[in-house]
Amino acid sequence: MTPEDWSAVRLTAQLATLTTLLLLLIGTPIAWWLARTRSRSRPLVASLVAMPIVLPPTVMGFYLLLLMGPQGPIGQLTEALGLGRLPFTFAGLVVASVLYSMPFVVQPLQQAFEAIPERMLEAAATLRAGPWDRFFSVVLPLARPGFLTASVLGFAHTVGEFGVVLMIGGNIPNVSRVLSVAIYGHVEALEFDAAHRLAAGMVVFAMVVLVALYVLGQRTGRAAERVR
Amino acid sequence: MNSLLLRAALCAACSLASFHAPAAEVQVAVAANFAVPLQKIAEGFTAATGHTLKVSAGATGKFYSQIIAGAPFEVLIAADDETPKKLITEGHAVAGSRFTYAIGRLVLWSAQRGFVDDQGAVLASGRFAHLAIANPKVAPYGAAGLQVIKARSLSDALKPKLVTGQSIAQAFQFVSTGNAELGFVALSQVAVPGKPAVGSYWLVPQELYGEIRQDAVLLKPGADNPAAMALLAYLKSPAAQEVTRAFGYGSYM
Repeated sequence: MTPEDWSAVRLTAQLATLTTLLLLLIGTPIAWWLARTRSRSRPLVASLVAMPIVLPPTVMGFYLLLLMGPQGPIGQLTEALGLGRLPFTFAGLVVASVLYSMPFVVQPLQQAFEAIPERMLEAAATLRAGPWDRFFSVVLPLARPGFLTASVLGFAHTVGEFGVVLMIGGNIPNVSRVLSVAIYGHVEALEFDAAHRLAAGMVVFAMVVLVALYVLGQRTGRAAERVR
Repeated sequence: MNSLLLRAALCAACSLASFHAPAAEVQVAVAANFAVPLQKIAEGFTAATGHTLKVSAGATGKFYSQIIAGAPFEVLIAADDETPKKLITEGHAVAGSRFTYAIGRLVLWSAQRGFVDDQGAVLASGRFAHLAIANPKVAPYGAAGLQVIKARSLSDALKPKLVTGQSIAQAFQFVSTGNAELGFVALSQVAVPGKPAVGSYWLVPQELYGEIRQDAVLLKPGADNPAAMALLAYLKSPAAQEVTRAFGYGSYM
């Protein structure tokens, strides 16, 4: 493996970790709202969150390129804030990945939250637990398998992301040349050996992550059952 | 003259003399940058011969992978001369059928009017944050762009400003959306017949980069299809060459 390939591996791990952490922060309140609200706008918000599953990644990447560009509203906003423009930067990749992987984090969390019976929260409330207390001491432990699924799916999906990154990244070493783009570049250049090595690494990585998910999921699943 | 070329030429001659062979279909793989000119050429081809085209447009490198995996394309109209050469060497294309149908011309383009001067001095000006090129490893126009930068001794200065699209089409998108102020693209993308050129461009003198030859070749699945040979012959005809030039390519013929 060349230093450039290693840098792609490192960059991918950084991107996926940061994206997952941000998505847990942003996705939890969205998922909670979706799980509990009786608002009529709920189907609309749920559909918006699911949009990245529908849109082909390069299409989504193209529109992000337009929106974040000098003529786009996001581009004008970031420039007005003195942040410069997002395309061709690592920050831009993080923003795009958060949008792109959003449904893979929000949906498992929403399902986990929906599975928590209302009566448990009511019982906690009668014991004078405030909203935050109820969230941290009742919801979080019960929804732990959901958080685990959400984290792993968000992480894995960002690692496997290709079209969006290709469109807004500009394939710059150490900035936006992530694993998937590096592999694609090797394939296009007919450097099949290098492509095979990176791809094999990616498959092994994905297997390890997914096996870990299922093993952990079984354990915490059983633990959650016992609580109930 | 190679007997195959002779057959192709004869075939074209027959059809031009309105001796219509039964109309057949040709399955063509065409480099994305030549897809639109080919549409125009196909109209003339069908009118002259009665044969029709089934066209797939895409990246030449991807077509290569698909062809060696047994894709049913009969003619490849490539964006370079390396891929057709390699296909012949590896036995996937018919020896002697390869020829240069167009010569790509490189431009330094900006979507902003007046940004690029007609000497390309803007390259050294430092007035831009990003310069888009196609991946030089796979796209001949990208490699040509790098050669220009080298010829101007700007390699070190411009390296941090390079953003690489996987294809010339992507480099074009980076520039057209304004995310890169400048980019090396093909003249055929900027100067489309019937559409006024957007922004400003510098037609890079051909001394500054190696010739971008775009070759066509007859693939093995088309070896016995007279329509496939007729298409290759038609590509060399004055009518087809006129379309090619109108779209901003140079030609030998």
